[in-house]
Amino acid sequence: MFNNMESVRTYFRLFIDEAISIGVGSIIIVAIVSTFIGAVTAVQTAYNIVSPLIEDYIIGNIVRDMTILELAPTITAIVFAGKVGSNIAGQLGTMRITDQIDALEVMGINSVSYLVFPKILASMIMYPMLVILAAFLSLYGGFLAATLSGLSTAQDYIYGIRFGFNEFTITFMLVKSVVFAFLVSSISSYKGYYTQGGALEVGESSTKAVTTSCIAILVADYLLAEIMLN
Amino acid sequence: MIEFKNIKKAFGDKEVLKGVSGSFKPGKTNLIIGASGTGKSVLLKILVGLVEPDEGEVIYDERNFTKGDKDLRTAVRQDIGMLFQAGALFDSKTVEQNVMFPLDMLKGKAYAEKLDRVNWCLQRVGLEGQNKKMPSELSGGMRKRVALARAIVGDIKYLFVDEPNSGLDPQTSIVVDDLIAEITQELGITTVIVTHDMNSVMGIGDHIIFLFKGHKLWEGNKDQILSTDVPELNDFVFANKLAKSFKKNEDEAA
Repeated sequence: MFNNMESVRTYFRLFIDEAISIGVGSIIIVAIVSTFIGAVTAVQTAYNIVSPLIEDYIIGNIVRDMTILELAPTITAIVFAGKVGSNIAGQLGTMRITDQIDALEVMGINSVSYLVFPKILASMIMYPMLVILAAFLSLYGGFLAATLSGLSTAQDYIYGIRFGFNEFTITFMLVKSVVFAFLVSSISSYKGYYTQGGALEVGESSTKAVTTSCIAILVADYLLAEIMLN
Repeated sequence: MIEFKNIKKAFGDKEVLKGVSGSFKPGKTNLIIGASGTGKSVLLKILVGLVEPDEGEVIYDERNFTKGDKDLRTAVRQDIGMLFQAGALFDSKTVEQNVMFPLDMLKGKAYAEKLDRVNWCLQRVGLEGQNKKMPSELSGGMRKRVALARAIVGDIKYLFVDEPNSGLDPQTSIVVDDLIAEITQELGITTVIVTHDMNSVMGIGDHIIFLFKGHKLWEGNKDQILSTDVPELNDFVFANKLAKSFKKNEDEAA
C-alpha cells in the first residue's frame, strides 16, 4: 500500500473528500439511531427496576455505562458497516469492473494507496468522532425518554450519569471505535477492490463487506473487552 | 519499438498464451486481431503491465518492462496512454477533471498550463466546450473520445486501445478509428489496438498480428490480409455472409 505513493497534497485532498463522505455523510443516521437507542435503554431499564429500594438515578447510571461501554461504539459500528462499508465496497467494486482501477495502474498510480489508504485513514479519524456524538445523543435520548415519561427527574438522571464515573470507559470506547473503523474500512475495501465479474458481483461484494464487517466487529468487541476490562 | 518475446500465460489449467513473440512498428497503427478467447486482451494487459506473464518479456525501446525495477516500470508507464473498452472514465469527475487527471499526478505543472493541454486534447477529439459535463451525460462515442483525450494528454509514446468499437454504431466506429489513426500520425506514437472488427482492420491496419488459440498465426498488413492462404485467418476475415459472398465472387472470377 505504501509503495510508489503520490504527493502529500494529493492524499490530503483525498482524505478531506473521504472524511466528508464518511463522517459528515453519516451524521444523520448515527444521530437518529443513537438517540432512539438511548431512549429505549432508559425505558427498558426503568421497566426492569421493580424494587422500590433501587433509586431512580440508576436509570441514568445504567444508560451511561451501556452507552459508553457498548451501545455507542458497537451499535454505531454495525450502522457504520451498513452505510459506509457497503458504500466503500460498492464504489471500489464498480471501479474494478469498469476498468477504472486498471486505468489508474496504467497511469503508474498505486491504486491501493490512492483509493484505499484515504478511506481507512478517514474512517479511523471520523468514526471516533461519530461515536462521541452517538454517546452524547444516546445519553440525551435517554434523558428525554426518562424525563418526558416521568420515569425519572432530570436531577436524578444527571446525578446517575455522574455517579461513580470511571474515565477509563471513555478510553475503552475510543479504542474500540478506532479498531472497529479500521475493520470496517479495510474489510470493505478488500471486498470491493477484489471484485470480479459484473453488477451482480458488485452487489455480492457489498453484502459480503457488511456481513464480514459485522462478524469482525463482534469478535473484536469480545476480544477488546477481555483484554482491556479483565 | 515495442517487442514481446515468448509470452506465455495460463490461468489455472487454461493456457491462454503459448509463447507469443513479435514487435509493433513505431509510428504506426498496429492491430492485434483474433476471435474471442484467443488471448488478445490478455496480451494487451501483459504489454501494459496489468497482468504479469508466466514467461517471456516485454521491451519498450530497449527498456525491459517485465524484468525492470520499479523506477523503470514507472518511467515506461508515463510514456503509455490507454483507451479502455468502456472508456473507464471516473464517474465522479467532470470531463475536464478526467482528462486532466494524468497531469494532476505529475508535479510541477501550473493549472493554466494543464488546462491549455486539456482544451487542446478535447478540441482534437472534437469535444471542445464539453469540459463541465459529467460522464453520465455523454453518449458511448463521446465517452470513448473523452477517454482518448485522457490517454493522449500526457507526453506519451505508446497508445494502447482495447476494442475501440465495442458498443458503437458503424459510423461512430469509423470516426473513432480515423481519430486514432490521425492522432497516431500527428503525435508520432506507436499505437496498439486489440479488435475483432474487420472494418477497423481494413481501415487503419498498418500492421496486423493474428492470434489463434494462444499462438501468433499470421502477421502482415491490411493489403495482404485478403489474399492470405492461412485457413484460420480466412475463416476469421470472411466470417460474415457479405464477406463470404465477396470471397466467393473473387474466387470464381479468378
